[in-house]
Amino acid sequence: MTEILERAAVAAPRRGAGRFAVAAGFALSRHLRNGFTLILLLAGWEAYARSGAVSEFLLPPLSVVLERVWQDTLSGDLAINLGATLYRALFGFAIAASAGVTIGILIARNRTMRWFFDPIVSVGFPMPKIAFLPIFMLWFGLYDTSKITMIVVSAIFPVITATVAATQGVEKELLWSARSLGASERRLLWEVVLPAALPQILTGLQVALPVSMIVAIVCGMLMGGTGLGAAMINASRFADSPGVFAGIVEIAIAGFCLIKGIAMLRRRLLRWHQETSEVATV
Amino acid sequence: MALDPLQLAGPATPAAGGAVVAATAAMPQRSAMRRVLGGLWRYTPILLLALAWEAVTRLGLVSPLELPALDRVFTAWWSLLAGGDLVSNGAVSLARGAAGLGLAVVIGVPLGVLMAWSRPVRSLFNPLVQALYPMPKSALIPVTVLWLGFGSASKILLIFIGCMLPITLSAFNGARSAEQTLLWSARCLGAGRTATLLDVVLPSALPEILAGIRIALAFAFVLLVTTELIAARAGFGYLIGWLGDGGVYDAMFAVVLTVSLLGFAADRLWLLLMQHLLRWRE
Repeated sequence: MTEILERAAVAAPRRGAGRFAVAAGFALSRHLRNGFTLILLLAGWEAYARSGAVSEFLLPPLSVVLERVWQDTLSGDLAINLGATLYRALFGFAIAASAGVTIGILIARNRTMRWFFDPIVSVGFPMPKIAFLPIFMLWFGLYDTSKITMIVVSAIFPVITATVAATQGVEKELLWSARSLGASERRLLWEVVLPAALPQILTGLQVALPVSMIVAIVCGMLMGGTGLGAAMINASRFADSPGVFAGIVEIAIAGFCLIKGIAMLRRRLLRWHQETSEVATV
Repeated sequence: MALDPLQLAGPATPAAGGAVVAATAAMPQRSAMRRVLGGLWRYTPILLLALAWEAVTRLGLVSPLELPALDRVFTAWWSLLAGGDLVSNGAVSLARGAAGLGLAVVIGVPLGVLMAWSRPVRSLFNPLVQALYPMPKSALIPVTVLWLGFGSASKILLIFIGCMLPITLSAFNGARSAEQTLLWSARCLGAGRTATLLDVVLPSALPEILAGIRIALAFAFVLLVTTELIAARAGFGYLIGWLGDGGVYDAMFAVVLTVSLLGFAADRLWLLLMQHLLRWRE
């Protein structure tokens, strides 16, 4: 079926409604094919768990897990936990994004700043930052401040490096033209450097957003309280395995929506740019 | 490679500088000297931060309970090392990380190359990889503990899952982007499918594979520390949590710094190995 469609897509005349229909059909078939493996996997999960080959404690059937997700939704637990996790993740992400872009531009445009921050960034980027969580707990307590600090520290590095690379990569001709037309340094920054660097900065943000979400969840797991991570750890302490798997499903869906959301934002912000194709999200 | 543009643009690190000096002993003495000095100058900000740390604690600006003086952290580090706690827990952690990452490379690279090479394999695995890639792997920690307990097996499984996806995806992208003219030439010269795969596709995918493993290396450290902090009876993460719960903060700082520096050192070593393996490239 898909072979035929592909051949048809190649053979189709490059104009008119026929081409559109073929393209739409092709896209649809690809989605179906992609969804097919996933559905197969989920059906396999259900069948394997129901077959009795594995205890229900180790792998509860998908239907039980989904029912649990539904219950969490109705009881409001999901809304509370998801809200807490998203609040921390997005708050931390916002700080990391604004501070990261600022530091990145400073590094790219100021020698002293570059001298000071370059070793810190190149040492800090590959470090497993999560090891600092007990220290942040010691400093900022068990509530949101320490979690948000951890998120900022984890998410800021990809933003900084992307911004530095983007700002340094702005075409020299653009800068020269703007300067020779009499733009001040301030207008140069806002009207030339930032827009030209935006695509790559957004790529850095697209890396940082899932990191924020993951760190928010891990902090919940380690420190308890409210949030999706804490709910999962509590479920596992009470040997409530549908609760644990429901947590995974909820986190996967929330993470997927966040990633799709920022990809949409990118397409919107870069409507003027020739490259409006999706980048791979890390 | 795009992970760390600052470092790639900058001069060699002290560690890297040493190796380079040894390798190019024939080079004039002065340039080696300059390299070392440049490395020292480059890392002066880190030294300044360390001095600021020591000064702040010495002057009593912060309570020693919140930030133990740097020299006490060193003393604690030494006694941990002499007592054997650091070595025994570190060996457990590093063995787990190496096992997980090794498995991920051994399975992930062939899978990615096969996905690029064979259509049925691609249509079977591509949707899975795409769907699982954005999923926060840390969310699986409670489940791996549920399945495999508190020992090493659950950590190795988690690191394996987390590291395999970036490796598979990079091998897939690398193998797919092998230049068509090279493939045609190889076929023209009478190379069979296997020979083309081994002699053309694999070498041209190597840069991306190595870059993917670099990302996976960072993931491995983060996942290792996270899972050991949450549920373990040995390892760096366990040691950090245990010391923190006991209020032995100077020792906790010592372990946190050790893990962070190991993560950084592993990344730098891998970068050196990458440069060595890819020296045939322009």
